[in-house]
Amino acid sequence: MQDLNLLANDNRGQSQLEAGFDLMGWDEVTQGSVLPSFDGDATGIANKKAEERSYSGFNSYTASVASWRVQKPVFNRDICIDCQNCWVWCPDSSILSRDKQMLGIDYDHCKGCEVCVEVCPTNPKSLLMFNEHADLEESLASWPEKKKKEKKSKEA
Amino acid sequence: MAVKFDLNEREVWDGNYAASQALRQADVDVVVAYPITPSTPIVENYGAYVGNGYINGEFVMVESEHAAMSGCIGASAAGGRVSTATSSQGFALMVEVLYQASGMRLPIVLNVVNRALAAPLNVRGDHADMYLGRDSGWIQMGAFNAQEAYDLALCAFKIAENHSVRLPVMVHQDGFITSHTAQNVYPLTDEKAYGFVGDIVPVDDMLDFSRPVTYGAQTEEDWHFEHKAKQHKAIMDSKGVIDEVFAEFEKLSGRKYSRIETYDMEDADVVLIGLGTTVETARVAAKEIRKEKGIKAGVLAIRCFRPFPLDEVREALEGVKSIGVTDRSSPGGAMGAFYNEVAAAMATSKSRPMVTDYIYGLGGRDLSIENCKQIFIDQQANADAGHITTDLQQFTGLRGPALGFFKTGRS
Repeated sequence: MQDLNLLANDNRGQSQLEAGFDLMGWDEVTQGSVLPSFDGDATGIANKKAEERSYSGFNSYTASVASWRVQKPVFNRDICIDCQNCWVWCPDSSILSRDKQMLGIDYDHCKGCEVCVEVCPTNPKSLLMFNEHADLEESLASWPEKKKKEKKSKEA
Repeated sequence: MAVKFDLNEREVWDGNYAASQALRQADVDVVVAYPITPSTPIVENYGAYVGNGYINGEFVMVESEHAAMSGCIGASAAGGRVSTATSSQGFALMVEVLYQASGMRLPIVLNVVNRALAAPLNVRGDHADMYLGRDSGWIQMGAFNAQEAYDLALCAFKIAENHSVRLPVMVHQDGFITSHTAQNVYPLTDEKAYGFVGDIVPVDDMLDFSRPVTYGAQTEEDWHFEHKAKQHKAIMDSKGVIDEVFAEFEKLSGRKYSRIETYDMEDADVVLIGLGTTVETARVAAKEIRKEKGIKAGVLAIRCFRPFPLDEVREALEGVKSIGVTDRSSPGGAMGAFYNEVAAAMATSKSRPMVTDYIYGLGGRDLSIENCKQIFIDQQANADAGHITTDLQQFTGLRGPALGFFKTGRS
């Protein structure tokens, strides 16, 4: 079963966008609503892994932006063939993968769009949608069997 | 290395050419443009300076004015010195993006050659496009002739790029009357002009890879108000920098600019307020009407339309008797916008002079010296009667029966 904080650094998904946290006055907001993505010098940061980066409080990495998800994808390691299709297609960079090995879902940023399930080529799929509140272990236990090919009838 | 451009001490330039020379001398990095009459030669000339090696810049042709200002935003956010030009319908298409530029605090300089808005289609100068930009958060300055179009374009970069301002600036000139009339212009040398404008020092530039930034963030009811208030304060506070830049420019060139300009105002009882080419006509009319009828006529011109110099207008008009404000834009069901601002200033003055509104010059209709004299005569009649003797809003230079709206409640 996937660790919910898989590959998360200290501040991933820590703030809630909707909560009234530390709202600044007009004299404190940034000029032109320009927001720096990282704290400190970010030279070469593209070569660092997400969990090693110093994301600033303005970066959505540090916020949970998944509160409106009603269904979540669950990842089944036993079936996955590490094709990386889901990683390529995910519109929110929420597929966690290292060294071309699929590891799981970033539940702080996944919106539940189901694209990863749609593009998963395995049989049965290695990613399936479950109710947001479904238990991960129970979800995995209820995984469907491999579908057999239907025989084509000669009459058709 | 850029090829040297030979300049005489005195040149004969129209307003468009003058503005394009300012862009060359300011060493503008990027011009993104979609040409439109009557501002076309500004960007066309910049393109020629690039093509002929007079400037190391980028001229980017795009498919619309919306894209032109969008491209300017990209280049400015990247950290470059950026400018373009437009008019009328092109300005209207740019409006959405104008708000983006000011909201992102990008110091773009837009040369606006004022032209009427359709329908009916018209290429001549009035201030409909300028008024359309009045709430856009840009600093707006008005040039009354070709020399000023050149001078103010140079000042505009220095004001916009000042780190305590960081706002886009429009430099307005009247279509054809200024943009296409060749006049004597005294340019600065390239060295003096660039020395005055100086190097751009970028802020939050997107090409700084040690500090990646997001431009164009979304803010809802929890943040938007604070950002817009901060932006408004920035434009209100820019007047100090505008004054400093004008003072520095005077030292360099001997040409003095102020956010409001006053002519024959020392002893004036009645005043005409205007901007653009109207000002020079009104100045002649004031001098003549003083001689002909003994009317103590003065002229007040708005150099800086945004931020509106409300305190300065009130101070300059304190004690005068009657004021005619001229609005060169169809007001669409209200008093003219310029009238409203002057009237607001005077409502908070000690002497509370009378203020009336004149709609004039739409679609490039000439405002004659005689038209201006009649405005002074109307104001003198108000001063003599002690109350406004006409409708609050009149039309001058219009064919057909006299048209007027709204009455005073103070008679």
